[in-house]
Amino acid sequence: MEVTVSGIVKQFDRFPALNDVSLKINSGELIALLGPSGSGKTTLLRLIAGLEQPTSGRILFGDEDASEKSVQERNIGFVFQHYALFRHMTVAENIAFGLKVRPSGSRPSKAEIRKKVSDLLDMVHLPGLEKRYPSQLSGGQRQRVALARAVAIEPKVLLLDEPFGALDAKVRKELRRWLREFHDRTGHTTVFVTHDQEEALELADRVVVMSQGKIEQVGTADDVYDRPNSPFVFSFIGESSHLPVTIKGGQILFQGEPLGISDSGPDGEGVLFFRPQDVHEVTDGQALTGKVTATRRLAGTRIAELDISADGEAHHIEIEVPLETQVQIGGELRFRPAAWKLFRNTK
Amino acid sequence: MATLDRSPQPRSRRFIDAASEPLPAKLALLTLAILFLAFFLVLPLVVVFFEAFRKGFEEFWLAINEPDALSAIRLTLLVAAISVPLNLVFGVAAAWAIAKFEFKGKAFLITLIDLPFSVSPVISGLVFVVLFGSGSLLGPWLKSYGIEVLFAVPGIVLATVFVTFPFVARELIPLMEDQGSGDEEAALSLGASGWQTFWYVTLPNIKWGLLYGVLLCNARAMGEFGAVSVVSGHIRGVTNTMPLHVEILYNEYNMSAAFAVATLLASLALVTLVFKTVLELRFGAGNAGGRH
Amino acid sequence: MTTSTPAAGWKWRQTSVIPGFGLTLGYTLTYLILIILIPLAGLVWNTAGLGLDQFVAIATDERTLKALRVSFGTAFAAAVVNVVFGVIVAWVLVRYNFPGRRLIDAMVDLPFALPTAVAGIALTALYAQKGWVGALFAPLGIKIAFTPLGIVIALIFIGLPFVVRTVQPVMEEIDKQVEEVAATLGASRFQTITRVILPGLVPAILTGFALAFARGVGEYGSVIFIAGNIPYVSEIAPLLIVIRLEEFNYAGAQAIATIMLVISFAMLFVINLIQAWSRKRYGYA
Repeated sequence: MEVTVSGIVKQFDRFPALNDVSLKINSGELIALLGPSGSGKTTLLRLIAGLEQPTSGRILFGDEDASEKSVQERNIGFVFQHYALFRHMTVAENIAFGLKVRPSGSRPSKAEIRKKVSDLLDMVHLPGLEKRYPSQLSGGQRQRVALARAVAIEPKVLLLDEPFGALDAKVRKELRRWLREFHDRTGHTTVFVTHDQEEALELADRVVVMSQGKIEQVGTADDVYDRPNSPFVFSFIGESSHLPVTIKGGQILFQGEPLGISDSGPDGEGVLFFRPQDVHEVTDGQALTGKVTATRRLAGTRIAELDISADGEAHHIEIEVPLETQVQIGGELRFRPAAWKLFRNTK
Repeated sequence: MATLDRSPQPRSRRFIDAASEPLPAKLALLTLAILFLAFFLVLPLVVVFFEAFRKGFEEFWLAINEPDALSAIRLTLLVAAISVPLNLVFGVAAAWAIAKFEFKGKAFLITLIDLPFSVSPVISGLVFVVLFGSGSLLGPWLKSYGIEVLFAVPGIVLATVFVTFPFVARELIPLMEDQGSGDEEAALSLGASGWQTFWYVTLPNIKWGLLYGVLLCNARAMGEFGAVSVVSGHIRGVTNTMPLHVEILYNEYNMSAAFAVATLLASLALVTLVFKTVLELRFGAGNAGGRH
Repeated sequence: MTTSTPAAGWKWRQTSVIPGFGLTLGYTLTYLILIILIPLAGLVWNTAGLGLDQFVAIATDERTLKALRVSFGTAFAAAVVNVVFGVIVAWVLVRYNFPGRRLIDAMVDLPFALPTAVAGIALTALYAQKGWVGALFAPLGIKIAFTPLGIVIALIFIGLPFVVRTVQPVMEEIDKQVEEVAATLGASRFQTITRVILPGLVPAILTGFALAFARGVGEYGSVIFIAGNIPYVSEIAPLLIVIRLEEFNYAGAQAIATIMLVISFAMLFVINLIQAWSRKRYGYA
């Protein structure tokens, strides 16, 4: 089932949580809404679910306008960060709930429900736990029961709100892998909200990067990592440093000093973004010099923090240096970015 | 929890907030609840004041100033003045022991403290009749020293203490448990003695809950009927508290006088409730107590 | 909060840096023993001294049995009414916001703060044949005051705060997300309330019922004015105890009191069981 979000605006009192958001989710896709807190990602998810109403704009499931439908009618599966399992019901009763509340016309028989519950428990790798109560399960188990419960009603769309946020790191990693497998096997259109970029990049077919109620960029993991289209996306995804620069005569200058890189375009001002692994120490050509203030080891390489302040303005950047290079705190390094992105200031 | 709707009205009439009832159902429940409360709670209160002033303010004043009524008021105040401080000290001690320490048998202790709530007030009075009556061991022994317990003030005080001692403790225990021992441990680490810690650290933290507990304890102490009725002997002008005096007036069909004295007690109850509301407004629910 | 000692073995309390344990616990226990336990023990001791035959004779006496029936029957009926309306009142207070909510919330404590005798005469004045409410029912031939119905009304007044105040904190803890999830799974609002919310409240409701019931059984002051007190018909057990006392029939009074005490303790025990069971089953009380 494809989902279309069209021109959605959502205001809480006078606070705009979402400001003209449009998005097309393909059928069967696993898509992540990624952003810091306050970006509006959870609000968007709840609007798709029908737990909130938009101030203006529409949400379409396939060709149908979902705004005419209540939560109950939309047939979506929702999983909360803190599981929201029914504490007084067994695991089996929890999973069967969506099937049992159907009107008698469309309700499956008891035997069918029992079989379905058992199949689902197998699918989420929790066989035999029908008679347990939620208080007797671990966090990871509870979340899988919550997912089984949501899937039991054969939803058109599966919506997950920071599904692994309440779990500890190791369980989180396991469940991430498991969710990807689960999605590949069942093929539900799945939207999940997260503030963890590693999770989004690892799991999702496409990532929707959001900030302050707007969508900054939509694309695959490679798209948002290698081709970020805004300063926010560049700095939010992966490691980065940035410097305010001026462009003069095709040269990019930092406080009057050339960096050794050029840009074809008119003169002006902007911000230069680059990643530590794209900046190297150089011995020839034009380059900036920075003073080393700290170093840290990162996997098979080393990161050096450089201070390139001048005229009282503090600027720090990080560059990657090979392990063999001797780096002294207080020493100086000349560096030049091999890959970068320049965002010009618009007037 | 309170459904303060933050979003503007939905465009579609078929939209239902997932965690709330449709408006007609809400209004129905609200009306039902308010009618029930008005009928069962407010109406009796209104009747008390209405009947008291039915014959005019003059009659009201006369009823209150009558000698037996005045001595009943004096006795009630005396009993409260003795019982409430006793229960206050108990309440603080019990709450301290329960909230600041972990020990086996704590649950049993708490159940013991709850005892007067499940025991009929008549039985609460009866136990003292058994203990100090003419057929007992203690009664005649104390009498030989000139100490009368039953049908005299000491008996009334004992029965009142029995019935009202949980109040302060029950207000303080959840409050102090919520607050934990962090503040006290900090004070001790800074060199304060136990008493100093209690006076300067604990007491200010619990003062509003304590005050409400004392008010409630006082309201109940002044209003206790069943237990006092059994031990007092109903000796007019001597061992009648205000509630007993109300009963006497009522049984003599002196309605307006009975209600007149009753208004004094009802006003005390209202003051207690107003105080609780003020506390909740200022400090939020939970600080003023509410777990009975 | 406490520092545990390195010693192994059974320790009845954890050591703590906070002073005053001995003093406060000692005072508390002494107070309890003097004021509560000794008097109660005295009663049970005395009753035991009656001998089994006499005890059984008093216990099975027709008037005693009828009085116990009246007390327990009316308390049960009142507790049931209080459960139904107490839950509604708690729901409205917790979930709705309306002008005067705090005031009404405070009003719920009125039966708790109001002296029982005052409540007693007020309710009688209201429900007597010529009273404001009694007059409404008189033409229908329904008499409220001086009948067991009047007792039930008085006990409804007395027991309401017990139900509301027990259920209210639990209702406040209800997770809104659980309700939202039920809606996403297709449950109507009615289904969500009956299948998801109310079952979670059952322990609190049961406890509130038991508290209101226990209180109603022993209630004296607010009942004796409105009850009529006709032996075998509308006479409550506590009143029978008082009557026996006035007849100097101490044995009779004590026997009935002991029976009521035993039942009260049984009720307390049941309440504790309910809370323990629900804590085990659901993880909360």
